[in-house]
Parts: sequence; structure tokens; C-alpha cells
Amino acid sequence: MPTLVSHPDEVKVVSRRFGMGATDIDKYIELDGYKAVQKAIENGPEWIVNEMKASGLRGRGGAGFPTGMKWSFVPKVSEKPKYVLVNGDESEPGTCKDHVLFLHDPHSVIEGTMIAGLAIGSKVGFIYLRGEYRYLLKIVEKAVADAYAKGYLGKNIFGKEGVDFDIITQTGAGAYEVGEESALMESLEGKRGVPRIKPPFPAVVGLYGGPTVINNAETIANAPHILLMGGEAYAKLGSERNGGTRLFGISGHVERPGVYELPMGYSMRDAIYKVAGGIKDGKKLKAVVPGGSSCPVLKADEIDVGLDFDQMAKAGTMLGSGGIVVLDESVSIVEFALRTIRFYQHESCGWCIPCREGTDWIKKTLTRFHAGGGNKKDIDNIQYLAENMMGRTFCPLGDAAAMPTLGFVKKFRSEFEEYLEGKRVEHPLIQITPIGEPALAGAH
Amino acid sequence: MPDVNFIVDGKKLTAPAGTLLIDACKSAGIEIPAFCYYPGLSLQAACRMCVVRIEKAPKLGTACTTTVAEGMNVTTESPEIAQARKATLQLLLGNHPLDCPVCDAGGECELQDMTFKYGAADSFYAEPKNHREEQKWSPVVYFDRPRCILCYRCVRMCGEGMDIFALGVQNRGSSSIIAPNVAPSESPDHMAALDCEQCGMCIDACPVGALTSGTYRYKTRPWEMNHVATVCTHCGDGCKTTLGVRSVNEGSEIVRGDNRDKSGMNGDFLCNKGRYAFDFANNIERLSSPLVRQSDGKLKPVSWEEALTFAGKKLRELRDAKGANSIGVIGSNRTTNEESYLLQKFARTVIGTNNIDHHRTADFVTLATALQGTTTADGKPRFASQRCVEKSPAILLIGGDPTNEAPLTAWNIRTNVRLNKARLYVANHQDIKLKRQAKAFAPVAEFGYAAFIDSLASANDFSTAVKAEEKLVVVVGNELRGGELAKLIAALPHAKFALLADYANSRGASDMGVLPDVLPGYQSLKGSTLASEYGAAGQSQVADAPGLDLLGMFDAASAGHLSALYVVGSNPIKRFGIDASALKNTFVIVQDMFLTETAVLADVVFPAANLYEKAGSVTNSYGDLQLVAKAADKAGVRSDFELIVRLADKFGHDVKTLVPFGKGLRAAGMSGDMGQTRGAQSGEADRHSVWLTANNLEPKLSPFDPFAILDEIQRVVPGYDKLLRLQLLSGNDQHIAPAASGLVQIQTGRKDLVLPAADTLFTSGSLTRFSPMLQDVQRHQASEHTDHLASAD
Amino acid sequence: MSTIPNSIFTPATAARFDKLATIYPVKRSALVPMLLYAQDDLGYVSDAAISEIAKRLDLLELDVRNVLSYYSMLRTAPVGKYNVQVCTNISCMLRGGFELLDHCKKTLHIGHKETTADGMFSLEEVECIGACCWAPAVQVNYDFHEDLTPAKMDAVLADYREGRGKDVK
Repeated sequence: MPTLVSHPDEVKVVSRRFGMGATDIDKYIELDGYKAVQKAIENGPEWIVNEMKASGLRGRGGAGFPTGMKWSFVPKVSEKPKYVLVNGDESEPGTCKDHVLFLHDPHSVIEGTMIAGLAIGSKVGFIYLRGEYRYLLKIVEKAVADAYAKGYLGKNIFGKEGVDFDIITQTGAGAYEVGEESALMESLEGKRGVPRIKPPFPAVVGLYGGPTVINNAETIANAPHILLMGGEAYAKLGSERNGGTRLFGISGHVERPGVYELPMGYSMRDAIYKVAGGIKDGKKLKAVVPGGSSCPVLKADEIDVGLDFDQMAKAGTMLGSGGIVVLDESVSIVEFALRTIRFYQHESCGWCIPCREGTDWIKKTLTRFHAGGGNKKDIDNIQYLAENMMGRTFCPLGDAAAMPTLGFVKKFRSEFEEYLEGKRVEHPLIQITPIGEPALAGAH
Repeated sequence: MPDVNFIVDGKKLTAPAGTLLIDACKSAGIEIPAFCYYPGLSLQAACRMCVVRIEKAPKLGTACTTTVAEGMNVTTESPEIAQARKATLQLLLGNHPLDCPVCDAGGECELQDMTFKYGAADSFYAEPKNHREEQKWSPVVYFDRPRCILCYRCVRMCGEGMDIFALGVQNRGSSSIIAPNVAPSESPDHMAALDCEQCGMCIDACPVGALTSGTYRYKTRPWEMNHVATVCTHCGDGCKTTLGVRSVNEGSEIVRGDNRDKSGMNGDFLCNKGRYAFDFANNIERLSSPLVRQSDGKLKPVSWEEALTFAGKKLRELRDAKGANSIGVIGSNRTTNEESYLLQKFARTVIGTNNIDHHRTADFVTLATALQGTTTADGKPRFASQRCVEKSPAILLIGGDPTNEAPLTAWNIRTNVRLNKARLYVANHQDIKLKRQAKAFAPVAEFGYAAFIDSLASANDFSTAVKAEEKLVVVVGNELRGGELAKLIAALPHAKFALLADYANSRGASDMGVLPDVLPGYQSLKGSTLASEYGAAGQSQVADAPGLDLLGMFDAASAGHLSALYVVGSNPIKRFGIDASALKNTFVIVQDMFLTETAVLADVVFPAANLYEKAGSVTNSYGDLQLVAKAADKAGVRSDFELIVRLADKFGHDVKTLVPFGKGLRAAGMSGDMGQTRGAQSGEADRHSVWLTANNLEPKLSPFDPFAILDEIQRVVPGYDKLLRLQLLSGNDQHIAPAASGLVQIQTGRKDLVLPAADTLFTSGSLTRFSPMLQDVQRHQASEHTDHLASAD
Repeated sequence: MSTIPNSIFTPATAARFDKLATIYPVKRSALVPMLLYAQDDLGYVSDAAISEIAKRLDLLELDVRNVLSYYSMLRTAPVGKYNVQVCTNISCMLRGGFELLDHCKKTLHIGHKETTADGMFSLEEVECIGACCWAPAVQVNYDFHEDLTPAKMDAVLADYREGRGKDVK
């Protein structure tokens, strides 16, 4: 069972029921559960969307799109049914916040889904978890069943005539790419997890061709809290244009890794040194990957930055999924870069050329480089490949692979050069077999 | 959609709103490169080659998914764009085997062309390429994975275009692969295989050499072939095909069939037979010398002169001794219009008999007579063209199974439904594959089409919907003919009609009068001007009474009343299951490629050229007239046209009355109007000569020039009088509606002599067994069959 | 009773599939869950499973294979009773993921994607499993084991070997 951590600087909103037994529906109700959705039914869609807009909540999956605005894009009238889709396909390396959310407070996700449904006029919600989270699916399935039993889901919920809402839950089967919203819809429709051409955007043409709101699980779980405390109150918890709080998963070389809920705009330095207890074993900080593995790396002297979407962008990186990965001085950036690109190479869906081939060639080149067969031109080639993937791919996965690679090569170029001179950490990296391949056959 | 104005590379352009930028640019002559984009197929945005700079957009955008908008300002070539494309190509070439010197696609490869344009020749990878062995998916489809650039054209062509869904994408990332529908674990030889219609459309769509054709691979280089655009010989749909031919010892042989021209009614499409089944022409069993039966009963090769002299004299003797009506002539549904016309003229004016027929595969006589003089609501003739099937907003398919029998018709129906949302109504006694595209399906009992026609009169959902269609095209299978067909045509008085027939020129054989009871253009034997012209040209007046039909001839032979039978390009013994002994007292002349069941009974056999080895015209089932060009050449064979003329000569006939050629037709004793009165020239051949000269073509004042007969066809055959020579010679199709009034009236109770060929995707009458490819494919399909026609999503 | 006669799955799974095919607005949506449950039932997705699932969802077998081959958790060959999946992605790597993988290889005498001779364990190096803050982490079948060290790993393996391990499905 993942260890629950806590720190006085935390501001607990979405995590306020963690560790309180709220998987039990009665406990959840006791802790103000299912009040927000009833308030939402009473006040209607316009009120919900306005509160969400006022809250300044921005998507917690990583892109940071304002949630209230996203909900307002859904057309009021639609020939096809509208859907709410909860993205619990948490797969960005360094990210495990939704893991604890589903584990400790599944009903908040369910309640949030219902609220989104009420806001856009949808009667069906889907909660899609990553395939590895089977035990969490069982927790969510039980919570859904309990909600049905109470009459909170199904027909005429809370006894309100004509107010219906159903929730369908399922998991994926191992694919990072399915975390991309349109790829998730493909997967949910029983297809390969390849993204769709945009436009049209999901709010207009989404799941089964119907208008769809798709939100990260944490985003959705915030909705009931926002409706209860009021959008403005929620907004005030965070920083400018970055309302509220956020779950940050701090991992890697820190003394107290864990998922902490911190106000938006909280200092990254404090998050690492105060909240997570500083660098493990008293070592020196080398670098931070600030928001999941796709975010450009920050050097040790670049961490005096507030944890919100705008400040991170200004610092040349991204807030991303809130997964802060801390690297101490012992880490070889060459090895870390290789491990990172290996992931993206493995997870590229293969649809478009720059991502499919680009991740593969960076991986191949870095693998050789790491094994000691590199030369100076390789460093330029890696940079050239990454630069030529940026902005050219079908979906953001190409950028997600190129951005960290560029960060490593540009910010730590000297370390790559020194690596060539023999200053290296000997760590043979084992090859994860590419999907569907029995290992590479002979080459010519 | 209203037009919008936008700027591309500084040029002001206009296109309807909603047009894809890539298409709008193409129309304006600005070519944007793309691998995955393919007109008519769903969009992918996968190859990223079509990236362009759209003003105000943060990133390069894909022209294949961007629709034009008012005020849009687009740059399609710039250093930034060239670099993006170059980088993409470098990535592709990183794993590409670069075996261009031996690759089938070398010289006609889009990857080569793009690399040439964007100069991505430098390589900076030290790692080995991902190599995989090539795979044989079927006798006609091979897959070389390392060459594949994953543009998914093949997958879409097979699924969206062909409605087969035999190809998919498997694995992911750099391991992604195009996979066929028979998994290795389910195949008898544990190799992946394709269970499909073997059309080769996937190969055609492939921009590189990843998918190659089993019949062509590693045979030659594209630039070593001559490419000749002609018409497929197999079914009655009339697809244009481009044959790649190269010189060999015995002439020139066809090594490839494709549709690179894409100008025909078939557009992108060719089926298995059209693409691959030309190999019968190279079969070693092909006859290459005339044969004459000797006193020992054996057929022996002799010289052309000997064989023709023998045949001509013998025929003359028999005609003179036993009478013209003791002789029968059987024509072909694979010879050209000119040959068919000539053959019936030979029968009627050289021999002097109406005993002429052919293997009929649809009842065109009833169609022509039932439609004559009627029009659609807007006053147009009611003969439907193949192009109507592609464009009409509504189609009713009664009987037939176009997927198997007329693949282009099926393709056009599917395309029309998919791209134009055409409404398809299907009435059939089987669950044919096209039912999937149907808006409504009416099940019919196996021999219950008459009842179905009756049901059109009552108000059921199907008939109401069909009758509410204002522009309906009715495509009729061979289940309906005679009185039932006429009744159907009457029941839908404003619809256009077409009959599905087999083989390249079934319709032409009918139109040209290779029938015992009608003259060319379904004109009456009695009283028509053509009848009197023939009378003047021939030995005697053309008989008023119909001659023997095909079966009648064999009945007469059995009864000892048929002294001679002249069979051109047909195998009635096999097709009609006739006992060989029927011909034991008949002198038989056969022209064919092979020693068929009929040829083996002949006294004289002439080795004939096939449709790919001659020039002329053919008319498809729909009445679309097209040019046939000579592609291949085989030493030792002659065209049927030449053989008929030379036989007439040896018969002792003045061939100038059979084929107008050279000057001085009047002097030769012609009394009929051969066109002279309509122009300054002295005869049709001369007019033709003038036309040829004016068009920088070599005048062929030869008795073997089919165009001289085309002139005559144009003059005397209703419908064909409207043909435009320039259109024909340009390789364009033109629709012929033989709807002149005054055609022969069909008597009720006329014998139904239609024998459907019942060919499938992998058979083509007597040619089947001489095509090794068709044999291979049949074996392959028998062993790899999966349930691939299960409903697709 | 399953709607498919002679289902190759256990009655419980077959009944679950009957239901799965009805709950979505489009039947095909049940494909990914069905493949997972089929694998749970059979240990892998067999040709027979592909065929039955295709039938249940009115799909071509090729469609099923296209989808099946996309997802890294789905497999078409059997593995050991317990599939030990060691995460070596960045957070786990920083806290000893590779050392843990090496340890498993030495202890089990098998490599990546191999199975012990007794069929008890298979070993697999996997990408991020979403347990970054409790690294290094391992999944045995669907069960998570966190904050591992080689010694703790030995105990985990011993539990499974001796039938004490939980096995959530």
C-alpha cells in the first residue's frame, strides 16, 4: 500500500479525505460527500460552469487548460448523446497522484463526473484507468456500485425525476499514448490508441462522435470541492490565473517522497527541501524534472520558481502532470536521457513518421553513446533529431520526447562531452523489447 | 459551399469553403508532397510531408487536413518547410533498405522522388537498419517490410475502397507493421497470408516498393517497358488497363498490368483479373501455327497459305453444294466491335446466311427494344453508363453479384455510397456483399424475380422508396431477361437501365448484330436500309427469316444438316456442354489462342491474337465504347480481323465489298452508299486516310485496318453514329445508346439463349485454365480462407 | 448461460463477456476489457480467444489482432503463474530499479520476458507503472509492491512461491 505522507505546508482540498476511510460511501457522505452534486442539480448547468470558471481550475493532467472554459465549449444542443470522460490513464513517468486519489477517495471522482455531466447535459460518464491500476478499478467499481445502490447513479438520481446518470468504468491495457485525450477515446471505442485528427475537438466531436468533456481524474475530483466552497474561494488558494491547489508527486532522490497537495504557485525549492525533506542522504541536487518526464530538465540553480503553469512556462519548462523527479549529483545525465527516450520510443504509437522514427533513432544513438561507442557528432545528431521532431508530430508525444532530450543535451552538453572522454558511469541498460517484437533480428 | 479567397505562395486563389488545402493547391497547379494523403480515402495526417506555413498558426500545419478559409495566407515552399520535409525523409531513409537498384518501384517511387526533391541523401546513423525478410502473402501480393513507410494507404484502400479490411496495422511505434488477415498461427504454412479478393489495389496505392506484385516483381525496370493503355478482356465492366510490355524473342510480352493512367471509368480501380490475368497470352500451350486435319485424323501444322486456301475453298464448295443456310458462324464476346461486325457481315454477305450467333451473357436485345423511344423524366435516353453508377444519387441493383462478376460496378457503387452518400437498393436472392452498402434490401426467392417485379407495383417500403427516387439507375443481373426484363423496365418508367454481362465485348457482339434474328444495331432483317445494302454487297439478298441460333446450329449438326461451322474466339462445346459427336459430319474452322474443346474437333485451326494483341474498339456491358490498343505481339498469330478478311478472299469473295479500303470502291462495283455521298472523298477508307493524315497518323490503307470498318459501323449502327472519333482515339469512353426507333420488335416466346458465364473473381471462362496466376490464386484462396466476409465495423 | 455456445472461457468470464457486450453505446468498446479478462482467464490471449471475442463483438479477427498487438500488457504467449514486472523508469531507476531487476534475474535465473523452468515466475522489465513516489516498485500480476530492496524482493517472491501472495484479478 502506498505510504501516505503529509506536511504542514499542504493545503488539503482534493486530498482532504485521504486516509479517512472515504472509500466507504457512508464515510464519504459523512465527510460532505454527494452534497455538491445535489447542489449542482438544484442550481443548474450555467451556475456550475460559472463556478468552475471562477475557480480558475486548470487541467491537472498536464496541459493546464481552464476547466470551466472547456465545459462551456460543449454545444447545448446535440443530436448525438454527450459524454463525460475521466482520464485516469496516468502514465507520465514520475506521476502517481491519481493513483492515491482513486485509492483513497474514489467517490470524489464519481461525484465530479456527475457534476460535469450536469454541466454539459450528459447522462453517461466513463472512468478510464490505466491497465496497471486493476486493483484501483476494483475500488472504483465498488464505489460506483455503492452509488447505484443508494440511488445516486442510474435513473432519477437523488429522487429527482428525469435526472439520470450512468457511469461505466474500465481500464486500458498498457499504452502511455492513450493518455492523450483523443487516443483515449479510440481505446475506449475498442481501437488502437492512436490519436485523432483535430479539429474537430472532443467538445464538439468526441466519444462515439458525440460532444465530450474529457478531464483528468484530479481535475474532475476538484469539482465537488469547488462547488461546495465556491469558485472564488478555491481560486484564492492558488496563484494568479492558477486557481486552487494541486497534487504533486515528489519522487527520486528526496528524503520523503510522496504525493503532497500544495497551493498553486508554491515554491519548487520549498517543495523539495521543506516538504519532501531535502535531498536524500545529504547529497547535492543536480537537476529536477519538474512535471513528469516530458518536461525539460531544470538545473540545480533553476529551481527558485513557483509551481504553477505560467511561472514554469516562463522558466522554460512545464508544470506538466505535477510529478517532480529529483536527481542528485550521482546521476549520469547521459543514462537518464537514455532511460527517458527509451520510454518514449517504447510508447510512441507509431502513427506519424517524425515521432516513430525520431524516438527510435535518438534511442539507438543514445544507446550506442551510452555503451561507449559515441562520438562528438552524435551529440549534434541527437539535438538535430529532437529539434526536427519538435512541433512536427501528429500529437504531443513527439514533443514530449523531444523536449526533455533537448533539455538534457543543451543544459548538460559538457556532461555528454565528458562522457566521451571516459568519465562515465558503467550501467548497462537492459533493453525493453519493443511492442510486438521478439527482439531485433539480424541486421544488414 | 460558397467560394472563399485565400493566398498560396503569393497567388490569389479561390475554392469552395471546405476544400482541403492540398486539393485546392493541386487544382491551382501547386503540388504539395504527401505520402499518406490519397484522394477519396480517409485522412491520416501521419506522414507530415504536406506541412505548410499558415499565417498566424503557431506550428507548421498539414495541408491534407486543413480546409481553406477566407483570407488564409499559405506558404508551401520555404527553407523552413523544406527542412521539415528533409528531416522526415532522413528519418524514413534511416531504416529504408535503399535497395532501389533492384526494387520494383525504382524509377516510379514517391520516396525516391521526394528524396530527389528535398535532398535528404546524407546519412548520419551508425546503427544497423531494422531488417526483415520479405513475405509472400499470396501469389500476387508480396510484402517487403523494410521498404514500408507506414502511410496506411494500403490499409485504407483495402478497407474503405474495397470493403474487405484484409490489411491492418499491428504492434506499435517503430515496430508497427502492416499485417494481413491470416495470422501466421492460423496459416497452413505458418506464414502470414492474405485472404481477400486479390485485387492488388494495395500494391497500386503503395507509394514505395513495400507491396509488390507476384507476377511482376524483379522482372524488369519500369523504364524498360512500353506502356500501352487499352481495355481489359475479362469481365463486361470495361476497365482501362495500362499494360507494360517488353520485347522478347517472339514479339513483345506483357509483364505488368496496372492502371497508372487512371483516366478510365475505373479511375483507381482494377481487379485481380484486370491487373494480373494477362499471363494466358504467354502460356506455352498457345497455338502459333495454323493446323489442318490430315487424312490420318490428326491436326498438323501447315503454312498460313495452305490452311487459308484449304479452309476458304472448302467453305465455298460446301456453300455452293449444300446452300448458305447449311453453314453456321459463331462469334465471340472478346473480339472487337470491328471484328464482330465484320464476322456477321461475312456470314450475311459472303456466305449469305443469318446463321450467326455468339455465347450471349445478357439479354441486350430485350434491353434495346424495351428502352427504344423512351426517355427519363428530363428527356435523356435510359441506357445507363458505367459512369452513372459512379455518380447517380440512387442505384437499384436487382440480381447479380457485382463484387464477383463485375468488380468495377461494385467499386463504383461502393465509392458512390461512401463519398457521395448515394442510396443503394438491393434486391437479391443471396446475401451479396454489396448488401453492406445497401440502404434497403429486398430478399428475393431464388427464381422469384418475377414476383419481385410484381411487388414493385404494390406499396411496400422498398418499392415506395425506389419509386420515390427521381434519378434512379437500375443495374440488372443476368437473372432477368426476356419478358421479365421488359416488365421490369416498364415498371420503372423513368429509370436508367444497365445489364451486367460477362467478358469485354458481350454488349458489342450484340450491338454488332452477331445474332441470328437482328442486324447490327438491332435492326430488322426485313426492310431496313442495312438489309438492302447487305443484299447489294453480298451474293444475294439477305434472308428475311432469322437464322439458326447457337444451339440450333448444333441441333442441325447433330441432325446432319450443318455442312460447315466457323467458330471465332469461342468454345461452345465446353460452355454449352455439347456432345463432340454432334460435329462429326460438319466441316469446322476455329480461330482461337488454344486448342480448346471446340478447336480440337476442328478441321482447320487458326492461331488467333487476343484482345491485348490488336487494335479496335469494344463496348462494355453499359454501352460505353472504348479504344483497344495493341500492346503485345506474338509471332505466329493473326488477328481475327485479318483472318476473316483472308478467309473471305480465299472463299473467292471480293474483299473490297467486305472491307472498304483503298480507292475506287465505286469502280469495284459497289452500288450501296458507302459514305461517298456525304463527303468529297471517294470512300470511307479514304476519309479515314484523310483523317489520319490530318492527325499526323500513318494512313493504313489496308484491308486489315479495323478503322475502315469502324467507319461503316458509325454509318450504319444506330447509337454508334454519334461516336466521336477524337474521343475514341484519345482513349476516352463514350456512351452509346442504341435507342433509335424502328428497332426490331421482339416476339414474345423468343427463345432465351442467355447463358451466364458465372465467372467469379478468379475465373474467366476458357482463359482460366491458361492463366497460371488464376490457378495459383484459386489454390491459395482454397487453403487460406478465413471468415473474412464476416461483418466489418 | 453464455450467448456463445461452447465458449472457451470459464462460465463466470463468459457471463461477464455477455454483459460487457451490452453496456457500451457501441459493442466494440468492450474489446480492450475483454482482451484483458480473457488473458486473466487463460494466461494469454490465444487464437481461440481472438476468434471468440471477434465473434462476440462482430469484428474481424484482424481487427482484434490489430488492437491486441498495440497494448503492452496483452500477450499472445503464456507466461509464468506470476509475472514479475520490474519498473526501471526514471523514478524507480533513481531508487534502485535496475539493481532490483538484476537481483530478480540472478534469483530467478531468467532474463527479460523469460519464464522459470517450473512455470512459477516470469520476469519483465516494464515502463512506469504509476508508483513513482514509492519507488522502486514491482507489479506481480496486478499486485503492487513498493519501496523494495533486494531483501524485500526476496520475501515477496518467497510469498508467491509458497502460495501466500495475493493475486488480484
